Amino acid sequence: MEAAAELGVERAPGPAGRTRISRLHSEAPYLLRPTHPVAAEPVPCWRLVGQAPARVALVAGAGGPLGGDRLSLDIDVGPGAVLVLRAVAATLVLPGPHGQRSYAHVTARVAAGGTLVWLPGPTIAARGCDHHGTTRIDLAPDARLLVREELVLGRTGEQPGTVRQRLRVTVAGVPLHDQELHLGAGAPGWTGPAVTAGCAAVGSLLFVDPTLDVPAAAHLVDVDADSATLPVGHSGRLVTALAVDALALRRRLDLGLCALGPPPLEPAGAPDGDGMNLPARVAALATSG
Amino acid sequence: MPALLLLADGRLPAGGHAHSGGLEPAVELKGVHDVPGLVQFLAGRLTTVGLVAAAFAAATCQVAKDPEVAGPAIAVLDQELEARTASPALRVASRRLGRQLVRAGRTIWPHPLLDELSGAVGRGPHQPVALGVVAAAAGLAPADAALLAAQESIAGPATAAVRLLGLDPVSVHAALARFGPEVTRIAGDGADYATSDPADLPATTAPLLDVLAEHHATWEVRLFAS
Amino acid sequence: MPHDHANESHTHDHADEPHTHDRPHVHADRSGALPRTTDRALRIGIGGPVGSGKTALVAALCRTLSTQLALAVVTNDIYTTEDADFLLRNGVLPAERVRAVETGACPHTAIRDDISANLEAVDELEESLPPLDLILVESGGDNLTATFSQGLVHHQIFVIDVAGGDKVPRKGGPGVTRADLLVINKTDLAPLVGADLEVMRRDAAAKRGDLPVLFTSLTQDPSAADVADWVRARLAVPVG
Repeated sequence: MEAAAELGVERAPGPAGRTRISRLHSEAPYLLRPTHPVAAEPVPCWRLVGQAPARVALVAGAGGPLGGDRLSLDIDVGPGAVLVLRAVAATLVLPGPHGQRSYAHVTARVAAGGTLVWLPGPTIAARGCDHHGTTRIDLAPDARLLVREELVLGRTGEQPGTVRQRLRVTVAGVPLHDQELHLGAGAPGWTGPAVTAGCAAVGSLLFVDPTLDVPAAAHLVDVDADSATLPVGHSGRLVTALAVDALALRRRLDLGLCALGPPPLEPAGAPDGDGMNLPARVAALATSG
Repeated sequence: MPALLLLADGRLPAGGHAHSGGLEPAVELKGVHDVPGLVQFLAGRLTTVGLVAAAFAAATCQVAKDPEVAGPAIAVLDQELEARTASPALRVASRRLGRQLVRAGRTIWPHPLLDELSGAVGRGPHQPVALGVVAAAAGLAPADAALLAAQESIAGPATAAVRLLGLDPVSVHAALARFGPEVTRIAGDGADYATSDPADLPATTAPLLDVLAEHHATWEVRLFAS
Repeated sequence: MPHDHANESHTHDHADEPHTHDRPHVHADRSGALPRTTDRALRIGIGGPVGSGKTALVAALCRTLSTQLALAVVTNDIYTTEDADFLLRNGVLPAERVRAVETGACPHTAIRDDISANLEAVDELEESLPPLDLILVESGGDNLTATFSQGLVHHQIFVIDVAGGDKVPRKGGPGVTRADLLVINKTDLAPLVGADLEVMRRDAAAKRGDLPVLFTSLTQDPSAADVADWVRARLAVPVG
């Protein structure tokens, strides 16, 4: 199966302009649906307060991807626009009938003053799969980004096939962050003490915000060495974590984000559901799990 | 190939002996205590950061042979490798090792590019980039640079394991010998990127190496610098 | 006395032998030696066995010399924040003047076989605290065979103590035999451990020829005045 979905958003004129969808092209299995705020959505410490983002959900219209599939999603965030894009469910990558590789490419461009929040669900690598996922995002120098990646190696009790997941973020073409997880059957030593130490869920949460003054001392590492928060360039942070399963991984990533410190002060009566303060957000996470 | 043997020798005075490649924290926190555990550790290193190092060493060696483009091309490769090194502790370690390798290399195999790279204190090139330039200065080919980087990605931590854990050095060398075909494969894969666009060079990461390096950097007493 | 090619280059040391100008004058035994330049600090290595008092000597020299000289320390020993606090509390050196180098569990490698990390630490100190007059490079405690590379330091001090036994100078080894200064420390303990200082002096002289030996007791002279004088004399040698 081949599919190429496209999504573009732009900010309406005016000082309090909402972000509106300017281009929306779904191709099964990538179905894009405008949607509403979700309370438990882990938005970054910086807010979308008063920004009236466009919200879109990526709904998988079929199982997979299966071996042989080539899926792509292209995203454009216009100047000053704010897009919150989520996937509704986890992605289960499965082997195809003839052992071919599956591909999923996401490309995004975020223009000056724009914000992209990209929260796909976990990618679960099933037995026998051979999957390449790539996400390439180019940011304008003052654009903001939050992107989460979660990889689960096999369903319960299952040995996974091979999965590669690469995230490359550039700022005006200059590389900022480029990391590829290559795990599973085709990656010798992946369960060893240099890579995952047997953890079945691995993920990261990257945020970049040149407008926020992030404490420089935010190298944080947990006592058991299962997660760390690392500086990325001058204005970003990467939370990287390992866990026994997807749920524990999500908690680690969200806590890593919270550990960056309290959010900036919010104007009273901010209308947006994303504007929850940190304790409320943590509470929401705890009850939603 | 005497130059290749000199560069591959663990006695090359370029600072490698004081780095464990993440083995010291893996011993403490992830229970590496015997040869099978070490082999698992090395396999993961070779497949991930070993491949990246091999590709960058090969690509740098390639551009270093062309004085017309070498300077800016090396800077681009160094920037790409920086983006592939998530842990600040590992960035510091890699740049220290790079600077130390340039320091040794420019005396052993004098070359104008090594003089250029020996600049500011604490701002050396990343180690695989330095390795590529030193290999070129020594008259070696990109494939040699890739092989050196791949082998070094496991030989350094293996030596550290002998010192830290008191493992039988012969058993450890036997394990290194068994990695031979895999080192050859990774070096070959890395060398294939010698003429690629720098943006397309591999970026395989070992998440635990990043986390362990940050943990290690907080220790009060360390025997190894990384 | 055998007169082979290796010795040929020494001929200018013998006043009665005319210089031969048809071949280059090379100090064969010093050809790798670190040149002194006016723009860089003098570096003195301090080595010796575990427990002989290297750190105490470094502290004493810092106390005595730091009022007159801009100095810094590179330590190859396991260095904790407790150690740093000790130096700071005792007014010896602020933390930014001390760099610890990890030796990969091999202290002699770091000061002799692969001095890269120490050279890096020296560069960083000189870069961050210019201008420095003196950098003391302290080795981790090792055995009698551990000495400093000529590529790392200009001079080296080897520290042994009387409690290690009065036979140590007789045993020799590169540190005792070739160090620019041999310090025999803890002389106040000599009667307690049955060490004969005269035997040590005689054996050291036999091994070292004209090279100097100093006896110290840092409990009796916490300023290490004799050693500090020796260091000042090294600094007083004109550079050029």
